[in-house]
Amino acid sequence: MSMQFNRRKFLILGSATAGSVLLKSCASPSSDSGSGDGGSSTSGGGDGDTIKVGILHSLSGTMAISETTVVEAEKLAIKEINEAGGVLGKQIEAIVEDGASDWPTFNEKAIKLIDQDEVVTVFGCWTSASRKAVKDTFETKQHQLWYPVQYEGQECSKNIFYTGAAPNQQIEPAVDWLLENEGTEFFLVGSDYVFPRTANTIIKAQLEANGGTTVGEDYLPLGNTEVTPIITKIKAALPNGGVIFNSLNGDSNVAFFKQLQAAGMGPEDYPVMSVSVAEEEVRQIGPDFLKGHYAAWNYFQTAETPANDKWVADFKAEYGDDRVTNDPMEAAYVMVYFWKMAVEAAGTTDIDAVRQAAYGLTFDAPNGLYTMNPNHHLSKTVRIGQIREDGQFDIVSSTPGPVDPLPWNQYVADTKGFSCDWSDPEKGEKFEA
Amino acid sequence: MVGAIALVFLVIVPLILPVSRLQILGRFLSLAIVALGIDLVWGYTGLLSLGHGIFFALGGYALAMNLSLQLPEGQIPEFFSLYGVEKLPWFWAPFNSFPFTLLAIFVIPAAIAGLLGYVVFRNRIRGVYFSILTQAALVVFFNLFNGQQKLINGTNGLKTASAELFGGQVGSPDVQFKLYMLTIVLLVGAYVLCRWLTGGRFGRLLVAIRDDEPRVRFSGYDPTAFKVLVFAVSGAIAGIAGALYTVQSGIVSPQYMDIAFSIEMVIWVAVGGRATLVGAVLGALLVNWARVLLSERFPEVWLFFQGALFLIVVTVLPDGIIGWFRSGGVNQVRSLLGMAPPVSTFPAVDLNEEIQREREIVQQKDS
Amino acid sequence: MQGVFDVLFNGLSIGAVLLIAALGLAIVFGLMGVINLAHGELMMLGAYTTFIVQNAFKPLGDSPLFSAYIFVALIAAFFVAAGVGLFLERQVVRYLYGRPLETLLATWGVSLILRQFVRSVSWSIAIGLVLFSLLFWGGQWVLKRRLDWNQLKAKALTILLPLSSAIAIIGGVVLNANKALAKPWFSARNIDVTAPSWLRGGVNLGSFQFPVARLFIIGLTILCLLGTYWFLQKSAWGLRIRAVTQNREMSACLGIPTNTVDALTFALGSGLAGVAGCAVTLLGSVGPNLGANYIVDAFMVVVVGGVGKLIGSVVAAIAIGTVTYLLGSGYLPLWMTQLGLTETLQPLFDFFTFFSTTSMAKVMVFALIITFLQIKPAGLFPQKGRTVDA
Repeated sequence: MSMQFNRRKFLILGSATAGSVLLKSCASPSSDSGSGDGGSSTSGGGDGDTIKVGILHSLSGTMAISETTVVEAEKLAIKEINEAGGVLGKQIEAIVEDGASDWPTFNEKAIKLIDQDEVVTVFGCWTSASRKAVKDTFETKQHQLWYPVQYEGQECSKNIFYTGAAPNQQIEPAVDWLLENEGTEFFLVGSDYVFPRTANTIIKAQLEANGGTTVGEDYLPLGNTEVTPIITKIKAALPNGGVIFNSLNGDSNVAFFKQLQAAGMGPEDYPVMSVSVAEEEVRQIGPDFLKGHYAAWNYFQTAETPANDKWVADFKAEYGDDRVTNDPMEAAYVMVYFWKMAVEAAGTTDIDAVRQAAYGLTFDAPNGLYTMNPNHHLSKTVRIGQIREDGQFDIVSSTPGPVDPLPWNQYVADTKGFSCDWSDPEKGEKFEA
Repeated sequence: MVGAIALVFLVIVPLILPVSRLQILGRFLSLAIVALGIDLVWGYTGLLSLGHGIFFALGGYALAMNLSLQLPEGQIPEFFSLYGVEKLPWFWAPFNSFPFTLLAIFVIPAAIAGLLGYVVFRNRIRGVYFSILTQAALVVFFNLFNGQQKLINGTNGLKTASAELFGGQVGSPDVQFKLYMLTIVLLVGAYVLCRWLTGGRFGRLLVAIRDDEPRVRFSGYDPTAFKVLVFAVSGAIAGIAGALYTVQSGIVSPQYMDIAFSIEMVIWVAVGGRATLVGAVLGALLVNWARVLLSERFPEVWLFFQGALFLIVVTVLPDGIIGWFRSGGVNQVRSLLGMAPPVSTFPAVDLNEEIQREREIVQQKDS
Repeated sequence: MQGVFDVLFNGLSIGAVLLIAALGLAIVFGLMGVINLAHGELMMLGAYTTFIVQNAFKPLGDSPLFSAYIFVALIAAFFVAAGVGLFLERQVVRYLYGRPLETLLATWGVSLILRQFVRSVSWSIAIGLVLFSLLFWGGQWVLKRRLDWNQLKAKALTILLPLSSAIAIIGGVVLNANKALAKPWFSARNIDVTAPSWLRGGVNLGSFQFPVARLFIIGLTILCLLGTYWFLQKSAWGLRIRAVTQNREMSACLGIPTNTVDALTFALGSGLAGVAGCAVTLLGSVGPNLGANYIVDAFMVVVVGGVGKLIGSVVAAIAIGTVTYLLGSGYLPLWMTQLGLTETLQPLFDFFTFFSTTSMAKVMVFALIITFLQIKPAGLFPQKGRTVDA
């Protein structure tokens, strides 16, 4: 009997404490002034003197490796803006949330940033899956997301600004360059998720249109390091050499390049064009394995512009001399400035006003002049780099000027002839040009 | 008792919390439903399943497929065009029907669980082998869903927020509120089901299987059938929980079949207390609340904390919080703090020298 | 014909990686019945040790001595992982013998901690840890010499534990203010382990090229296998280990220190994990999640091979490796085309083509494993005896 009583007493106590604890946790705002270590945020939560913005990336989990670098770039930009007097005379306060490499968590944190912290804009996401997970939320809540990574396109949301490359600003020029300089037989290798799959769909269509052939394709599960079967397939499909188009992500790249070299397949016969290998990844894979291979990006640390020299120096001063800068970091840095310029042009942080004010803005970015288009993407120069012994890139080709972004792909039958223009409410997300 | 708590959650909590927070609480409550299912197979029957993510995700996918099909006649979900698929894959067709989907949410997971259970238990694969095999099955399903972009949208998963349910958009506060209510009702339902299952002869048989399976077999029962049955029931519960979780988080993706997530489910039960259904619910709520709190403030500490939780639960608190309370944990704390424990004395025993001597000998042996 | 040879060699080389990862597990699981989910993280520690050794050798530049770092790294990785394993056994696992499910959960907890540890470890954390160990275990050591230790024990521990952790945490936080001390050693990023140049190329044999790294791993696996075999079968301690495995009580009666034997066995298994970690740096990336990629595969090898027999693991690893390669490389559909069977066996051809990507091959291999265990539930080489149910 006493047992029974204890249990009952416990239940009441336990549920009451659990309940109140839960309530407390739910009610207490848990904003972390993330820019604290950058010394940028002012004290006091978002009262009259500060403007709150959200930063939403994975600080833990598998994607943390990449996303933390982007957070650093964003914090650097915010710090610089604050030191120069802030926006509309107010300091920016960054609220950093951890998406934990988990797509539902991204969505949950996006809702928290919008509803609870009442931020005026959000900088965030890396993987397409995380962007797609939060897209609905930003659209239904009529909020705004700035997304800094090159992606597969086929999307043009009114509530997202894409400052990374669209496929026609990275993948397509890379394929064209390869067709011209390296060969017409392509083997496509990618990680098993949406970006490589869609990218390869585009490449196959493009090769078909421009006289190349796809001799094979294969996908590696994320995190898998056993690439022997893929290398065998490549050898079988390209016995006398040919082009490998690589959209593997971080971890698998290491295994792929190490074992490619061990199989005696060097850049002379088997040049690899990568679209997810930037300076940071080169450092992790080891330049010895990559020397002579190619990568396509908009920005390389070796880009020769005055803005870049200054940025690289500033970044190293902030985070250490051994650090490198790369394309997503540059896009992340730039997007904070685009937001700032749009707010100043609009004279308010109102989301719709900021959106309309953003169109046509230009910025002297480390990579050269960027222009924000009414389709929410940037016009930017495309470069192809060859990996050097020191882990940096020799830029072997750059487009003569900025390339205009095309979110809807013109090689894929479904989206051919469509484009996107948010400056005109009649046209919007997808219209036939 | 259970009714009273449910009533608190049903009536009072919604008055205090905004819907966005209610949504999070609702998700935790759906995770508590899974925890009940795991308690049933692990706490009572002694089968440590590391593969409940499969059933959880299957339930979620079943509902999400139905919701993605809310399209005008002849159209197929948008993501298919990314991979150049033009015709709806065959297995999507039945999910057009809502009644079928409601059935599928728990019948499919139960069937898969039953099948998996049957092939495993039939061969008397037990203990850790069972755990490892469920983990292998999890890897199979994860890769299958993750790799089949053309059939099921791979890593991106399926989104539910903009579909219609209960006469409104799934993501809207109104529907979310209804889902929260539904979650509580189903949680209570699952609790009552588990209590009923574990209460009678069936429950005693489960415990008997856990404690000494050969003896059960020698007594003329067939443990296999019971184990398959209880595993299937647990799978069905997980499927329902997965469906609720999916609509409340707005997305279902292969990440629900992450190895770590399935092991985490086990720890919820362990923290609360094995073979105490209340413990499973309590553990799920507490651990998830701690996760939100810690990972928001110190993302780095969360893994340390979680690891420590596993160690503590296994070494110091093998019976979980509920078990600790029941075995007089409060008194232990009091005695550690130097307060006299409220002991009832038995002078006849305490003053008897012979008994005291024997007691000392026993204590010395123990230490 | 060359295809068959190719399949055999590559199957062997994939199998060798699986085997070296599973070897330590086979010992710990097979001999002690302990499920060590932290095995993968011990591998990861071995890989990080390799990274440290490599950096220590960096000043040597391109001299041949630098190329030899891998041998130093192998030995260092063995001892680091064995040391951590020993600590783990003494502090956690030994309380859980005979309760495999609990061990499974506890070691998973350990694996989470180790994973986060390499991410955030910095001088301040390291100093804090040393401080804690000194205070906690040092305090115990001092107190243990008192005669009334047994009475004091509970009280002493409740005071010592919070006190020493509080001092350590405060010390760590204070030190953390210094930027140099707070900087993580490795951070969450992957680190770059560059194989010595002689391990990078390939050896040509006719039209065939063998990657040297693969050959090295095959050689290393054979060496580890022989070493383990010799140790267990021929050395005095090996004899004791086998005796304890067979009958713990009887062995204890005969004067075998079973505690030491347990610790030694666990340390040996952990050390082998360290060696495996060093070996896989030649193939893939090195990061905090390295272990997670291998652990499930390694368990499959042990389960398919049958517990308690090394030969089982060997056969299982090679079999799994070969099947993985055969499916993933698309040889089966290719051969069917060559033999002209495509028409007659169209469904089979489609089936193999569907599973000929790397992702799907993995699904197929695991499904095959589950099917296989239907036929032989106890693995390829089950342990014979009447107490199988134990």
